[in-house]
Amino acid sequence: MYLTRISTFFVFLLSAAPLMAQQGVDERINEAIRPYADGVAGFIFSSFPLAGVAVPFVLVWLLAAATIFTLYFKFINFRAFKHGFQLVRGDYTDPMAAGEVTHFQALATALSGTVGLGNIAGVAVAVSLGGPGATFWMILAGLLGMSSKFVECTLGVKYRNEYTDGTVSGGPMYYLSKGLAERSDKLKVLGKVLAVMFAVFCVGGSFGGGNMFQANQSFQQLVAVTGGQASWLADKGWLFGIIIAILVGLVILGGIKGIARVTSKIVPFMAVIYVAAGLIIIFANFSAIPAAFSAIFTGAFSAEGVAGGFIGVLIQGFRRAAFSNEAGIGSAAIAHSAVRTNRPVTEGFVALYEPFIDTVVVCTITALVIVITGTWDPNVDPSQGVALTSQAFESAIPWFPWVLTVAVVLFAFSTMISWSYYGLKAWTYLFGESRFMDVLYKSMFLVFVVIGASMQLGSVIDFSDAMIFAMAFPNVLGIYFLLPVVKRELNEYWADYKAGRLQKFGAAADKA
Amino acid sequence: MSQVYLVGIDCSDCCNRALDYAVSEATAEGAEVIVAHVIEWSPFTFSTADENEQRHKRREAELARAHSEILDPVVDRLKEQGVKVRGVIRHGHIARTLKSLGDEVGATSIVVGRRGDSGFKSHLFGSVPGSLIQIAKVPVTVVP
Repeated sequence: MYLTRISTFFVFLLSAAPLMAQQGVDERINEAIRPYADGVAGFIFSSFPLAGVAVPFVLVWLLAAATIFTLYFKFINFRAFKHGFQLVRGDYTDPMAAGEVTHFQALATALSGTVGLGNIAGVAVAVSLGGPGATFWMILAGLLGMSSKFVECTLGVKYRNEYTDGTVSGGPMYYLSKGLAERSDKLKVLGKVLAVMFAVFCVGGSFGGGNMFQANQSFQQLVAVTGGQASWLADKGWLFGIIIAILVGLVILGGIKGIARVTSKIVPFMAVIYVAAGLIIIFANFSAIPAAFSAIFTGAFSAEGVAGGFIGVLIQGFRRAAFSNEAGIGSAAIAHSAVRTNRPVTEGFVALYEPFIDTVVVCTITALVIVITGTWDPNVDPSQGVALTSQAFESAIPWFPWVLTVAVVLFAFSTMISWSYYGLKAWTYLFGESRFMDVLYKSMFLVFVVIGASMQLGSVIDFSDAMIFAMAFPNVLGIYFLLPVVKRELNEYWADYKAGRLQKFGAAADKA
Repeated sequence: MSQVYLVGIDCSDCCNRALDYAVSEATAEGAEVIVAHVIEWSPFTFSTADENEQRHKRREAELARAHSEILDPVVDRLKEQGVKVRGVIRHGHIARTLKSLGDEVGATSIVVGRRGDSGFKSHLFGSVPGSLIQIAKVPVTVVP
């Protein structure tokens, strides 16, 4: 009953969206929301001056956390790298547990939510505004971010809820509330407050960065490749939005698993094509590689002509890396916590690969292509990041923008599916699990897809970016209190690992 | 050493012939029959977060259905006939899982049916008997 009623309402809203767009309602919404959005975005991105550059506090917050985690766990990001790979490969997976969610599957699912427009659009902006040197800081941020993911995902598994019917639910909401309650009665209240804050920001982020930003940017690329302003599609964002909303709706509301399954198979394939094309371009310009690397290294420390100099370059690199790999944001812990394991720390090791693949591999390739083809432009408008990457690839492979368009739309689609899940988990944490709340959230999510694609809501996009970064405040603050818990888990496991007390299976066991 | 026949079944017609063959051989020798059903599954597939959340529950449901619809009727029927029989259900790559199951239970022979796929299709996708005969440590009988 609810389903029919809400779907009717939803169809009504969908059909109203184009009308709203035509009557300039988007501008009115924009105007109405701006003071609040600017207020929140201004607060989240509030910055302090350092060497004449405005440094957003949230970046320092994330970077400090990643550095502290790296030192506290004695460079776990490098130390456990090999073991993480063994776990993904299944060396330690008991064949009797076949049929359960494997480390590989949990990692792949989390990655499909992370590898997205941040890797394509964000990097172009970073290299343009910060020069080639931004790449260096981006990679460094990716390497440090691995430690943040390690901590988040270990906690995500440790404090997840396992229900009697066999389903699981995990994420920062659970480790903040359950984990801090375990520490002391005073922290119990703080944990609850942080968990609720996180859940609220996560719902906001799922509508914004995980949804509207994706719809908006993929539509921009589609318009650009079909002829720019002259394209038939140029003023039909609402149509694109409705089509995407219907497809997303079929998956999340209609339970049509087929579409999700097809996407989840094509997306890794597109990622491989993207990386391969990038490598082809890089190696085709073999002679330019040394120059590119020297530009990256010298640019990282002496930034001539970049706004803000050295600090400016650093900020650009860190900012785009953080937006792309979401380390410290807490989102991925939700996806990772579905793995079937009785040693939570194993998923932490596996999660190291997420920022590594996302930032150190994929983002770096985008950056190298842009540096080598020389397409970066210091005067770029930050909303045109995708177009810039598209040009970089086009200069070497003329038909590649079409492939990129398909990749961008698919990345956007899979990121939306992932974020709709993250948002729903946060939503049901706040309002309880019921059919009604479930359908209500998903319907709202779909409406935001159409809004994101059809309207130029600059302040709403700012607001939603702010929401994603806002998640880092309660998440990281709570994690500081839980570090000893992770340390204990890690030390126990690492001792077992070093002493060879962990059982290997299959081919790995035969070798040992 | 006592003889153990491992039979793979997937409830198709040809596998009943494999089963019949194994049972007649085993009863003649007084050997044990282990009837196995493998649910095709790979640890390296891609899934959505929603599917992962439900996975444990689904697995239980898959096992229950395989028991009630495929394995249990067969095992019960053979028990009535007085055959020394055991049933096993596993998830995994069919040929590799049958092979490791064979090692585990000490099978002296593995019996499977065949689908009779065309040459092209089995070139492209491989076949269970084709893979099994390459990796098994004991004789494999393929029943047409």
